[in-house]
Amino acid sequence: MSLLEIKNLSVSIHGTDILKDVSLTVSPGEIVAITGESGSGKSMTALAIMHLLPDDAQVSGAIHLEAVDVLSASEAEMCAIRGNAAGMVFQEPMTALNPLKPIGAQVAETVLIHTATTPAKAEEQARDMLARVGLPEDRFPMSRYPHELSGGQRQRVVIAMAIVQRPRLLIADEPTTALDVTTQAQILDLLKELVAEFGMGMLMITHDLAVVSNMADRIVVMRHGKVVEQGKTQALFSNMRHPYTRALFEASGHKVSLPRLPADQQPLLEVKNAVRDYALPRTRLFAPREYAHAVRDVSFTLRAGDRVGLVGESGCGKSTLTRAILGLEPLQSGEIRAFGKPVGPDMDPSLRAGMQVVFQDPFGSFNPRHKVDRIITEPFHLIPDPPKGSERSKAIAEALGAVGLHPSDAQKYIHEFSGGQRQRIAIARALIIRPKLIVFDEAVSALDVSIRAQILDLIADLSRSHSLSYLFISHDLSVVRTVTDTVMVMQAGEIVEQGITESVFTNPQHPYTQSLIAAAPVLPPVLPGPGHLTRRPDHV
Amino acid sequence: MLRYSLKRLLSLIVSLAVASLVIFLVIEVAPGDPASFMLGINAQPDTIAALRAELGLDVPKTERYLNWVSGMVTGDFGISYTYRTPVSTMIGDRMWVSLPLALYALALSTLIAFPAGVYAASRRGKAGDIAVMGATQLGVAVPNFWFAMMMVLIFAINLRWFGAGGFAGWDDGLLVGLHSLTLPAISLALPQAAILARVMRSSLLDIMGEDFMRTARAKGLSRRQALWRHGLRNAMIPVLTIIGLQFSFLIAGSIIIEKVFFLPGLGQLVFQSISSRDLIVVESVVMLLVFAVIVVNFCVDLAYGAVDPRLRSRT
Repeated sequence: MSLLEIKNLSVSIHGTDILKDVSLTVSPGEIVAITGESGSGKSMTALAIMHLLPDDAQVSGAIHLEAVDVLSASEAEMCAIRGNAAGMVFQEPMTALNPLKPIGAQVAETVLIHTATTPAKAEEQARDMLARVGLPEDRFPMSRYPHELSGGQRQRVVIAMAIVQRPRLLIADEPTTALDVTTQAQILDLLKELVAEFGMGMLMITHDLAVVSNMADRIVVMRHGKVVEQGKTQALFSNMRHPYTRALFEASGHKVSLPRLPADQQPLLEVKNAVRDYALPRTRLFAPREYAHAVRDVSFTLRAGDRVGLVGESGCGKSTLTRAILGLEPLQSGEIRAFGKPVGPDMDPSLRAGMQVVFQDPFGSFNPRHKVDRIITEPFHLIPDPPKGSERSKAIAEALGAVGLHPSDAQKYIHEFSGGQRQRIAIARALIIRPKLIVFDEAVSALDVSIRAQILDLIADLSRSHSLSYLFISHDLSVVRTVTDTVMVMQAGEIVEQGITESVFTNPQHPYTQSLIAAAPVLPPVLPGPGHLTRRPDHV
Repeated sequence: MLRYSLKRLLSLIVSLAVASLVIFLVIEVAPGDPASFMLGINAQPDTIAALRAELGLDVPKTERYLNWVSGMVTGDFGISYTYRTPVSTMIGDRMWVSLPLALYALALSTLIAFPAGVYAASRRGKAGDIAVMGATQLGVAVPNFWFAMMMVLIFAINLRWFGAGGFAGWDDGLLVGLHSLTLPAISLALPQAAILARVMRSSLLDIMGEDFMRTARAKGLSRRQALWRHGLRNAMIPVLTIIGLQFSFLIAGSIIIEKVFFLPGLGQLVFQSISSRDLIVVESVVMLLVFAVIVVNFCVDLAYGAVDPRLRSRT
């Protein structure tokens, strides 16, 4: 008998269908992964199992967790199940813990809710479980507060909290999406071990197919609130029946072809022994200040036509280096020159006009009250003689056309566009004054895989048509691998390795690069041939 | 936590020193000589000079500042120019009205605001929430002296439950004193409670949308338990800020209410002293109010530190 059985689950909120006829099962000891892009209903399915949907959700169908009929259970019955028979781990470890309570108390609370035991005994259990998930008390006292832990350590606390009652079902909603690759690998290993050790069933929700392929026994692919395909991991990857599954798979490992490098290359950006320190708060009143070295002694040259990647984990100094390159922050020593002139916070606007940036968040980096034409012409104030009247309209139409949008989109507001379209607009804004260099700062990290594939194609196309030079900063190794010619690996403020992208990836020299590449989850090499589609044409 | 408290204490002392200097300079620079004001326009220059010497106004300003400050530290605030009585007794008498009134009003405002805010937040968008929000809108909009007059009309004149004004003193016991401060305290508290309830509600609603509240539910806590155990303390930080501001305001800002209820409080004292150029009283009362504000902020800072471990470790 299955541990969890969902039958024809449908959910609608205010008349909008969120889930349609979702059916799936999880057996004890089995890892089932739900995958799909944003808006596919993955998280809603998880919340429905826990009976934590928004109040105004209309639910039909059936969810059975062992013998309990979840949908008809009372709130009190559900409270007894949550955290006890079914535990849940969330995506964002930075905010999933109460910032005002010590970690030990937060784990012990789960025990105290569900068992009539003394606080001391609950604490004992919490201590054991924290030690089990890799936070032994001698190194991580239970009196620590969440802000004193890293993201990966916090996720371990969340996991301890979810499994301290030895639930039969663990629901993990994007448990590693917010984490660095090496941390991700550790957390995934931990989850796998715990499932085997406790004989739990695990329902894992993730958008990352590579993670899924390494973890799951079975895969459920969802789209627009429906299950499009499900099956055993091996079988599903070797025989993708639904075109959406194939599209998802192809987009996940999407490769672009970049044009050849131009022969004559002028240096555009020269970074020489750049050092950027941050003063730390004084520990004592008259103690000498201590400094954190965010960027230490970094040097590189980017030439016209170069497509350079910069990879590293969070806190390695990527963002600080980026801000220094854009002249937003001063250096403590060394220098950065763009187009032969020094870069710094008080540099000339014309120099800024030569460098444009595309940021990660396509939702946060625009003013929602401005129309697209105003947004993308913002860089015009950097140049002495911006185009006016019909020339301006022509420039707008050209920029929008270059990124695959329609000139009439100029009169729309930003909320009328999807995430991918917004990122196109961000690129149009960067392109409109024909900069010599574009900095992509995690520019595709917030996008769904299919959108990401489109934006990567767009960047490759623009490389051909506009002969772009860019610095592509990302934590995502597979993306950097396809969209750059050379790559730099950054660790603790230093560039530990740089070279031709393909050779760095196939033959990494530095131990840190090796560990990064080893930790990155990879898609299985079973590329479905066209034969699969021709064999089951009726299934489309 | 100890280092955090010491740091706050150091900043408290520095603020007091700076404040005393600024108050002294501003009030001394303001035109109007107390001696000539007291003696009238027909006074002879030598009479004025004699009075100035008697009041201690003829010594250099630095010396007067130092005398004033060192006096205050030892509890000697000087002699009122107008009434020729020690300023400390004048202020002391008034403090026995103003401070209990402020505390009483603050207690009432908190007692009204907390349940109202929590209730409204837990029924977001429902009738209860709308009713509470409507009432607080009214509380914020209507001036407190109007409340005061309405209250006198209803509870003093019609129902005769309370006196219409005046202060009974503390000699006949705590309850008698509190009884005579009840109407003024309510009129002061209502607008403050309205503001506080709104802050409480929106702060709680923000917290209820946080990820860790969902985590708390996933652990098996009911909505109400999650709110009490995880929500309330997190929601306290903006609320504490407002409470601190309100207390400072209540100590000095009750002059209109004091007028309406004929209460001999600090507000009235300042008002009279300013109109009679009784500079030493003005300086001392203002200094006292600054002291109160700074001490209240100090307490709020300590409360922040007690509530939020992140603040403790940052310093």
